[in-house]
Amino acid sequence: MSERSTTTRLLDRWLAGHSTLVFLFFYAPLVVLVVFSFNDSRFVNRWEGFTFDWYRAIPQDAALMNAVKNSLIIALVSTIVSTVLGTMAALALERYRRWLGKRTFDALLYLPVIIPDVTMAVMLLIFFTQLNQSLGITTIILSHIAFNISFVAIVVRARLANLDPLLEEAAADLYAGRWQAFRRVTLPLILPGVLGGALLALTLSLDDVVITSFVQGPGSTPLAVEVFARIKRGVTPIINAISTLMLVASMMLVLGSLVIQRRQSGSTVGG
Amino acid sequence: MRRAAAPDAPVTAELEHAAERAARWRGFRLALPSFAYLIVLFAIPLILVGVYSFASRSRTGAPELSDWNLDSVSKLVDSTVLAIAWRSTWLALLTTVVCLLVAYPFAYYIATRSPRIRNLLLVFVMIPFWSNFLVRTYAWKVLLGADGLFTKVGEALGIWGQLLFTLPAVLIGLVYGFLPFMVLPLYAAIERLDWSLVEAARDLYASGWKAFRKVTLPLSRPGIIAGSILVFIPALGAYVTPDILGGAKTVLLGNHIVNQFLAARNWPLGSAVSMAIMIVMLFATVLYFRTQARTL
Repeated sequence: MSERSTTTRLLDRWLAGHSTLVFLFFYAPLVVLVVFSFNDSRFVNRWEGFTFDWYRAIPQDAALMNAVKNSLIIALVSTIVSTVLGTMAALALERYRRWLGKRTFDALLYLPVIIPDVTMAVMLLIFFTQLNQSLGITTIILSHIAFNISFVAIVVRARLANLDPLLEEAAADLYAGRWQAFRRVTLPLILPGVLGGALLALTLSLDDVVITSFVQGPGSTPLAVEVFARIKRGVTPIINAISTLMLVASMMLVLGSLVIQRRQSGSTVGG
Repeated sequence: MRRAAAPDAPVTAELEHAAERAARWRGFRLALPSFAYLIVLFAIPLILVGVYSFASRSRTGAPELSDWNLDSVSKLVDSTVLAIAWRSTWLALLTTVVCLLVAYPFAYYIATRSPRIRNLLLVFVMIPFWSNFLVRTYAWKVLLGADGLFTKVGEALGIWGQLLFTLPAVLIGLVYGFLPFMVLPLYAAIERLDWSLVEAARDLYASGWKAFRKVTLPLSRPGIIAGSILVFIPALGAYVTPDILGGAKTVLLGNHIVNQFLAARNWPLGSAVSMAIMIVMLFATVLYFRTQARTL
């Protein structure tokens, strides 16, 4: 028995050591990146004192600021549209039985998630050129909606699947109109799912490089693609600074999603 | 009662029928906007890529749609494309295996902590999972460069030098990028494991290793399969990581496709390669859903 507990303890210690190393692997590169964004040197590897210069340089960089503006427009518009469309799609699939083309739609909805980025990029580029559509913000937004509808629908569907349809039926029995029943009963219940889906769509839109670089036109480059192009040219402290800001933004999104999740588990108990 | 209900019966049946038809119609109407959107901006473009695979390349690079042939499709098996496909496949497999070996003990450790610590550790896994992929790849470009910290450590130990622009650098980047995809399903599988089965094995005098091999490992198989597919698929189609961390000798399928469109101007060949890679991935995904359905 004591032999068994000794090996268990050894194993546990090894697991703990291994896990520490994995966390180190996850975070050390990010920490180095952030630390050197405050480095008072043109080189990203030798520490020469603390400075905010690289952050101050960001607002002066017209190309970068334009990219931020493009990113925000693209992310906001595509998130709003795909959240509305994706939620409707999820409701149609989860709440209505056997309508015309339901199975085709179900399959079609999963494809954009499965398909490789590169294939989707190629598809959309060919499509837009075939239509003689000039590439720019519009084509980027249209493309982002095309992949985000599916992600939103999947998240909302998961939420709907755990919901008791009887609640909505009860509202209907109490002579609530369909719209009223949706607004007063269904929507509040699925809201955590809808917000979670919207957050995912926002993140995916802000992060996308491959599809966007195919369907962008002059002047419409968003931040991720602009940073990608600069990274390929070389490493500079200003990329560290902008990367740090992007990390902070995505961490805020994680915290946001955690708060929503907490509310989600809370509302199941309350509702 | 029965007599009173009789004359009503056909009416109620008809009403119910009409109500059901209306509900079906409402379902269709609700799905219509996204259905139409996905047909126009997904299904039709997808068919177009298929069509382009059989088009021929004009002098300007734009495809000639009047001249159909199998040139691009047959180029799929020529030595350049095959060499790239082979390199991509084994690199994706290697990434999957390394991720699995690193993630399993890690996920096991997290899943066996007390609920409070477990949730905290999970948040620390989620943060890199949600962080910008590009930024995380960039972090490694800095570390792996000639003056990078990782290179300096390797030189001090006398084990490795500058890895940037080599295949090992791409491997590190891919493992770093996709490790959370392996950790999360493994964690989910191990966390919901029935520990009394492991206890029972131990009580029947199975050694710790044997209990793990015969009980824990088979029970966590759904997580292993899910994680492996979630890592393998994006690794096979990776473009950003090899483009930033790799060099001219480490071109993978993703880069090859992009090159056909943005540099070599051979759209039909690019289309054919991207169709091929998509078919492989659809196949892997179907396999994934099959195994998931069986184990659930």
